[in-house]
Amino acid sequence: MLDLIRARLRQGCRTIAYPNAPPPPLPERFRGRPLIDASKCPDGCARCAEACPTQVIDLRDGIRVDLGRCIFCTDCANACPADALEYSRDYRLAVRKRADLITPSASAVPSGGELELAAALQGRLRKLFGRSLKLRQVSAGGCNACELDVNVLNTVGWDLSRFGIQFVASPRHADGLLITGAISENMRLALRKTYDAVPDPKIVIAVGACAISGGPYAGHPEVANGAEGILPIDLYVPGCPPHPLTVLDGLLRLLGRVGG
Amino acid sequence: MSGSSGAVVKFAVIANGRAIERSAVPQLPPAELFAAISEAARAGLRVASYFGMADADSDSVSLVVVLADDRQARLYLGRTHMRGAAFESLTPLCPQVHLFEREIAEQFGLRAVGHPWFKPVRYHRSYRPGYEAFSEPDGEGPTIGVTDFYRVEGEEVHEVAVGPVHAGIIEPGHFRFQCHGENVFHLEISLGYQHRGVEKAMISGPNKRSVHYAETLAGDTSVGHATAYCQVVEALSKCQKPPRAQVLRGIALELERLANHVGDLGALSSDIGFLPTASYCGRLRGDFLNLTATLCGSRFGRGMIRPGGVGFDIDEPIIHDLLTRLDAAERDTTDAVDLLWNTPSVMARFEDTGPLARDVAEALGLVGLAARACGLARDTRQDQPSGIFRFAHVPVSTWGTGDVFARAYVRWLEVQRSIDFVREQLRSLPPGGVSSCVGPLAPDQIAVALVEGWRGELCHVALTDGAGLFERYKVVDPSFHNWAGLALALRGQQISDFPLCNKSFNLSYCGHDL
Repeated sequence: MLDLIRARLRQGCRTIAYPNAPPPPLPERFRGRPLIDASKCPDGCARCAEACPTQVIDLRDGIRVDLGRCIFCTDCANACPADALEYSRDYRLAVRKRADLITPSASAVPSGGELELAAALQGRLRKLFGRSLKLRQVSAGGCNACELDVNVLNTVGWDLSRFGIQFVASPRHADGLLITGAISENMRLALRKTYDAVPDPKIVIAVGACAISGGPYAGHPEVANGAEGILPIDLYVPGCPPHPLTVLDGLLRLLGRVGG
Repeated sequence: MSGSSGAVVKFAVIANGRAIERSAVPQLPPAELFAAISEAARAGLRVASYFGMADADSDSVSLVVVLADDRQARLYLGRTHMRGAAFESLTPLCPQVHLFEREIAEQFGLRAVGHPWFKPVRYHRSYRPGYEAFSEPDGEGPTIGVTDFYRVEGEEVHEVAVGPVHAGIIEPGHFRFQCHGENVFHLEISLGYQHRGVEKAMISGPNKRSVHYAETLAGDTSVGHATAYCQVVEALSKCQKPPRAQVLRGIALELERLANHVGDLGALSSDIGFLPTASYCGRLRGDFLNLTATLCGSRFGRGMIRPGGVGFDIDEPIIHDLLTRLDAAERDTTDAVDLLWNTPSVMARFEDTGPLARDVAEALGLVGLAARACGLARDTRQDQPSGIFRFAHVPVSTWGTGDVFARAYVRWLEVQRSIDFVREQLRSLPPGGVSSCVGPLAPDQIAVALVEGWRGELCHVALTDGAGLFERYKVVDPSFHNWAGLALALRGQQISDFPLCNKSFNLSYCGHDL
């Protein structure tokens, strides 16, 4: 018993102060929102798009980047001969509409394009879920990294339940689904049944490149290229996997607890 | 050793992380190959990989086997050529091939005649048009979760079915228990829900997705699988890695082990309601993940391991920072984990729960910490060392009881040894570059790489075609061997102990389903 108390004192309180204080510092090499300076691009160069494993970069009209497909590897930046592409440490990536993940043409916005970050739920949904949101997580055809870093939000360091957000065991007790994975054909029916079992009104959150676009498995006949088109999605959190801070930022924006 | 050398005398011999000409792998008649595998297994060799491969002519399939001789740090390669739609199962004589045979059947439409547990593995259509081992009467492929589950009949027997969607933030799988009251007679595990076709997509590579497939075979083993993939590519392109890169790979691999082991010790505490260690280790897992993120920006080591070396170097300030934080994490982890062994209520729940006998583990071909917890001193870092592990020895940690306690305690022993390893390597990083160029892959070769991931042995085998592209890429995650161990550990246990037993193995669904 004394050992327990001693350990408790030594371990201390470790819950982060965010969002009431700045978030914990991210590592120097953290890869957040990519920035592109199209003015540096050599004429006719397409090396970034050619190097990208998941067809994130569209060069048909300036440079457009689809963060919903991005797995945040460094293949584009490594291939760029002009240092026009770099990953910032901006962890805020969650949006409400799929189209908002496609950054505006970088030739028009030299900084690389700002994202239209997720707006809060409004009206009845805000009233219902703003202070208590219960989610059922469904893992469907990914690598389990997104699940692991969503689970981290339940540790004492992040303490998700202080915002009234909890993961529950039954879809019947849930206000919505948090989906990870590219939606394997073998999980399609189970996902549908789980969604149907959640009472209305309900929301769907897609976490990670797989759930948004199929991620590295996009185009495989064994998967459905994500939940887009299968279920109506209310919040998109890109990443491979997204950092826990990115997921938390998205959830808090959705509930109107973080803005700007 | 004399027994095994007799069995495999006709096989090709290579070392881990090497490639040879495909033509150097002897082709035996099927009966002779099967007899050799079974005799070698009896003499103590392990079946590290055993898989089919489509021939140009769709009437036939090649089978390739990789046997590991851990006592001599050798790998034996053999193959055979099958015609038709069936072969005689070796499982009754050599249980460790049971899932390999089911996989061969599913992928190439070859029925394993006499297999005692002949069911689909991942529920997909065969890769060989016109040949299906598990097709439905209407010609459709198998339907996920639909098979003839084993049943115990009787008035007081009941069945409990769980999944694919579970009550936590975990991956999908289906579990069926045959119970008598609280007691489990039998557990059957049916997977395939995470199947996303990675092995098939590797064919014709390497291409720009290949290394990313390797990193996402099992997200918690990104470093391990990427290392195995890179070793295969480097063996096929005769690429020499700089020493500094080999050390950095070893550091990343051990940090991955640390994060997962510490997280599992916390999760085991959580499953028995011992909240102090559950809370502390949940946070400490993040501290170890953040050390990996300091190396390469990703908590899972994405981007760190690349063909030819590593993607990121570290300088003196980073090394100093890593060492300081490693010391702090070690102090807090020791403090948190020691509570487990000193608390009688914890020990009462861990000890004698979910025991697995050593001979069963050996017969099933278990690998990694699950095998070491049954007293089997199996560790690729010692038995088939590659990279830095040829020079830096990490002692093998074992415990003999095979129960939840053993699986927890072996994790703790390994945590301490991995911390020592990382500290020592960070203090003595050799100078030089961290990456060398990878040329085109040699044509018509076969390469094998074994890496001791945190769960156990990761085995990657690649065969190149005449143009130096992957004609077949085979991945064996340790979970592929070990799921059967969990099923048998549950026999005679209380069903309420399933979460605890399951967590003590903590196997990968995506690594199994691929």
